[in-house]
Amino acid sequence: MPYPDDRKYTKDHEWVRVAGDVAEVGITDFAQQQLGDVVYVELPDVGSRVTAGQSFGSIESVKAVSELFAPVNGEVAEVNEALKSHPEAVNKDPHSTWMIKVRVSGPDGAADLLDSAQYQGMLG
Amino acid sequence: MTTANAPNVSNDPNVSNGLKKTPLNARHRASNARMVPFAGWEMPVEYAGITSEHMAVRTRAGVFDVSHMGEIEIAGSNAEAAMQRIVCSDPARLKAGQAQYSGLLTPDGTFLDDLIVYRMAPNHFLLVVNASNTAKDFAWISEQVKSVGDAAAIDSSSRYALIALCGPASREVLQPLTGVELGDIQPFWFAHGEVASARATIARTGYTGEDGYEIFVPPNMADRVWQALLESGRSAGVVPAGLGARDTLRLEAALRLYGNDIDETTTVLEAGLGWMIGWTNEAFIGRDRLLAQKASGVTRRLTGFEMIDRGIARHGYRVVEGDTPVGVVTSGTQTPFLGKAIGMAYVPIDQSKPGSQIQIDIRGRIAAARVVPMPFYRRERNAVSG
Repeated sequence: MPYPDDRKYTKDHEWVRVAGDVAEVGITDFAQQQLGDVVYVELPDVGSRVTAGQSFGSIESVKAVSELFAPVNGEVAEVNEALKSHPEAVNKDPHSTWMIKVRVSGPDGAADLLDSAQYQGMLG
Repeated sequence: MTTANAPNVSNDPNVSNGLKKTPLNARHRASNARMVPFAGWEMPVEYAGITSEHMAVRTRAGVFDVSHMGEIEIAGSNAEAAMQRIVCSDPARLKAGQAQYSGLLTPDGTFLDDLIVYRMAPNHFLLVVNASNTAKDFAWISEQVKSVGDAAAIDSSSRYALIALCGPASREVLQPLTGVELGDIQPFWFAHGEVASARATIARTGYTGEDGYEIFVPPNMADRVWQALLESGRSAGVVPAGLGARDTLRLEAALRLYGNDIDETTTVLEAGLGWMIGWTNEAFIGRDRLLAQKASGVTRRLTGFEMIDRGIARHGYRVVEGDTPVGVVTSGTQTPFLGKAIGMAYVPIDQSKPGSQIQIDIRGRIAAARVVPMPFYRRERNAVSG
């Protein structure tokens, strides 16, 4: 699966796509492959703050639970409620399935983000 | 290259990176399995995905490589006496060709291991034990048989590949490959014969809660038998299945997993496995302690639960009352077939009745769960399959 170049990636395998001051955040195809079948996504409440590099939620597969790390600083503007009943969307279409939308406050923390080519280079 | 005395260097072609490989290792890789270290072995955790493999086993059938399991054989004219001492069931009651689930216990009545005992002949028993415990079990058993006269134990793990075929379609998949009349093998019995022209022992045992067969074959025949089973099962939708699905399947069926649900700190009675004890066997190690515990009653018990609040309670999470830990989750998952979050936990006996509510600390969040009877899943049985 290609890694779209309309967005940036973290070393922890999240992606972030910024439009204006809103950033959509999801996990990469590589991440969903590693996790296996996703059964549960725990997301923050709208209005809570997220900090780049810090955990904002968790994702559970049949096998294991993993933390989700925020790629940017900001306030949660929206959470993808559909993931409560259909967490498998993360497996089926990881790059179209955003988890939270963050109203970005400042560019802090964005320095470590990778572009598509860098991210794929990291995956090897 | 590492140096010659590094611990992970081996000339054995069946070992790499310090991990042992089953005879089906290359086949798993060719099938795009995700391989993981498990109990010192490199094993397939999933092929197409845990959920789809789980569902295939519940509705059709799956084929599992369980060659990592250990095999220990006990033979000699006093083999039965040795077995009566070693395991907590009553193997003297087994006929040749019959098997039983049992426990290898400490003097405290706790588990060194759980296992299946197969009586191959009046003076010959085969024990199938957990891969992680094979060396420990063999050392313990070797010590115990010394005191019972003519009985010897050998670790014959490398002589067997073990393939499990599990699911409702198992018989129709296996029957065309063997001259053994499968309808004649009752649950927990076995027969010797051939599968795909390879010498095989076919046992009607398994670890998924489904009907099926565990097939012992020589290691050099494993790939042939594996391929034959998948070929025979192709039209029925039979798939290879990994350790991930094996774990979710066994948990739905409330089958205990050594190292998770039972270990050297948990007694047979606390684990809710009192039914496996052969009280008519007066010789087994741990019997006195279990008799005493039976008389006094257990204070905690392995208990099944379903989550009421959202979340999955996993191994090691605490059962709490307010701020006080009162128990521990031993296994937990979101089950593919039942579609809910379930698990097992040791809880105080007064909280272990079905209908009770318990509280579980899920990474700092307290979530409610309801105690339910086990197993969580029970296959439909018909009169023919017994």
